[in-house]
Amino acid sequence: MSVLGIAKGMGVTLSHLFKKPVTVQYPEEKVDVQARFRGRHHLLRHPDTGLEKCIGCSLCAAACPAYAIYVEAAENDPHDPTSAGERYASIYEINMLRCIFCGFCEEACPTGAIVLGHEFELADFRYENFVYGKDDMLVGVKGSKWQRREAEREGRDVELGLAPTSRPELEGVDY
Amino acid sequence: MDPLGVIFGKALVMSVLLLGGFAYLTWLQRRLLARFQHRIGPNRTGWEGLLQPIADAIKMIFKQDVTPTHADKVVFILAPGISVVFALVAFGAIPAGPANSLFGLDPWIVDLDIGLLYVLATTSIGVYGIFLGGWAANSKYSLLGSLRSSAQIISYELGLGLSVLSVIMIAGTLNLREIVEINVWSVSPLLWPGLIVALFAFWISATAEVSNVPFDLPEAEQELVAGYITEYSSLKFALFFMAEYVGMITASAFISTLFLGGWKGPGFVDALIPGMSEWPFVWLFAKIFVLLTIFIWLQASLMRFRYDQLMRFGWVWLFEIALGAALVTGAVIAFVL
Repeated sequence: MSVLGIAKGMGVTLSHLFKKPVTVQYPEEKVDVQARFRGRHHLLRHPDTGLEKCIGCSLCAAACPAYAIYVEAAENDPHDPTSAGERYASIYEINMLRCIFCGFCEEACPTGAIVLGHEFELADFRYENFVYGKDDMLVGVKGSKWQRREAEREGRDVELGLAPTSRPELEGVDY
Repeated sequence: MDPLGVIFGKALVMSVLLLGGFAYLTWLQRRLLARFQHRIGPNRTGWEGLLQPIADAIKMIFKQDVTPTHADKVVFILAPGISVVFALVAFGAIPAGPANSLFGLDPWIVDLDIGLLYVLATTSIGVYGIFLGGWAANSKYSLLGSLRSSAQIISYELGLGLSVLSVIMIAGTLNLREIVEINVWSVSPLLWPGLIVALFAFWISATAEVSNVPFDLPEAEQELVAGYITEYSSLKFALFFMAEYVGMITASAFISTLFLGGWKGPGFVDALIPGMSEWPFVWLFAKIFVLLTIFIWLQASLMRFRYDQLMRFGWVWLFEIALGAALVTGAVIAFVL
């Protein structure tokens, strides 16, 4: 380590002193994530008919490397179908503690029913609160479990920690 | 000499000032380090994070205090105290202005004729706190860490002692007040090379003495868990760091007093406001602040030395450089002036 090298290095740090810090004051200052960021899952509906896209085939559960997804399928009632196929997912659960947000479920889904969204504030207190059911993920549901819990308690709208932008692949998702 | 009550009062005020200075040095350090690293730093507690030291203090006080089994309890509790007390005590001999400038009082606690020796001695006693703390904790890591610290301090003590020789020879006194009044730079430009080298050698030694980066081996988080403070927690842990930060302030004050004119400002400022170079306190505080900023700048820029590098640098380089500076200064005084 030469004296010149030290001087050079100290010049680098000194020049940083006069640059604008890159810190984001996160809870107050919200930034959007990258377009292909993988956050909380959304279960989509057909935009024209409103039927669920998920047909309960369990391919996502099979593709999941962390065994985070549990699907139980049931036959559709022909007169009042839940999904567009023969069957639908009567139970669809994702354990967010196990999920590694790899996106394999998206890849495996033949109907494009499951999509990883942009919401990332998933911290919670109890184990059972990390298991997200259909009600927590179907299109139109905004925010994570604790955000909705808190919004309900305080009687206000769900506030997200990001500046939401519309995404074409999340058709029908209303932020 | 002042009456005992006055000395006591001044000591009290100085302790409070130094401890407050320590608290806000941590704030300054965190803010500046953050800016050096492109971040903002603490800004949540109070305006611009100014209440952060208070929050830190409350946190430190209420954290669980663990004493290891079979630790030598008395020494274990005393060790951080030794560190802090001797870091504080060193400041007592440092003059902050000309005589009678503190509301008619002298702005120093004692005007020692051996002030320079006194400061060198008391700052080096701090290592006893480190060593005893490491020994009393009943842990191999602490013991090894404290031994390394002792070896480090000894390696740099020689460079420290030799680099002040130039100043002592030029000023012809060990009294810190007289050294400031003589102003070693004004004696002759021929002495400047020796003085500049001595200043840098002293600075490096003082950095090692207060275990600042890049010589913060006593902490040794990577190599030895946390060196001598492995077993320390809560307030006792904080006391060791208080000693280190107060040591930084003392080292800055000492460097300013010996080499940078202490409480005196540069002469050219008198052209702006007459008498500005003689403002008491202001110049010393400004110099301490600038030196502390440079210490923090070093912290942001340099990596920690490896232990063998540190030993080689201390014994092979710093020792010789400081000795050379003393020789050059001595030769100039003996043969030229």
